[in-house]
Amino acid sequence: MTPTVLTSAVLAGALALAQILLVLAMACAAFRMLRGPRAQDRILGLDTLYVNAMLMLLTFGIRTGSTVYFEAALVIALLGFVATVAAAKFLLRGEVIE
Amino acid sequence: MTDVPELPAWAALLTALFVLGGASITLIGCLGLLRLQTFYRRVHAPTLGTTLGTGGILIGSMICFSVLETRPVLHEILIALFVTVTTPVTLIVLVRATLNRPPSLQ
Repeated sequence: MTPTVLTSAVLAGALALAQILLVLAMACAAFRMLRGPRAQDRILGLDTLYVNAMLMLLTFGIRTGSTVYFEAALVIALLGFVATVAAAKFLLRGEVIE
Repeated sequence: MTDVPELPAWAALLTALFVLGGASITLIGCLGLLRLQTFYRRVHAPTLGTTLGTGGILIGSMICFSVLETRPVLHEILIALFVTVTTPVTLIVLVRATLNRPPSLQ
């Protein structure tokens, strides 16, 4: 086994393990979103869930070596912020756009 | 296993280290989100994932693509900057909304 093959295997294993860890993190966030006792817990869970989904897309990008996933991650980061602030504003005022 | 990009050894090991570290820290933050007792404690936990976790995975991605394309790839900084700027804003708005709710709903 040549060194390049060995380090490629290490990288593949590390990426697979990182994706498993991120899936577990997403499961924690989804549990908090579904079972959170109050509305603010659900919003916090949703916020964490989209950040984890963004990180998952970045690891997919490293794994396939294509930069397409980066743009999807950027869009998720932008839209997730807007969604969370809109939900928090709704919690604060009872309507999103006054 | 075959679709991982062909990187030199040092780049592959550095990428693996950063990505694995970032994912582990994100998982620790989400376990905190799951296990902590009150909302005001829980609101601190996921920031581990949005700062150190995002930073680690983005640095790994920057190393990987910089070596693959043999030029500095810096557009990951966009995501890092945006997430770093927006996370405190989000959490301040959320906590302020919670503080203004009636005590039975906090």
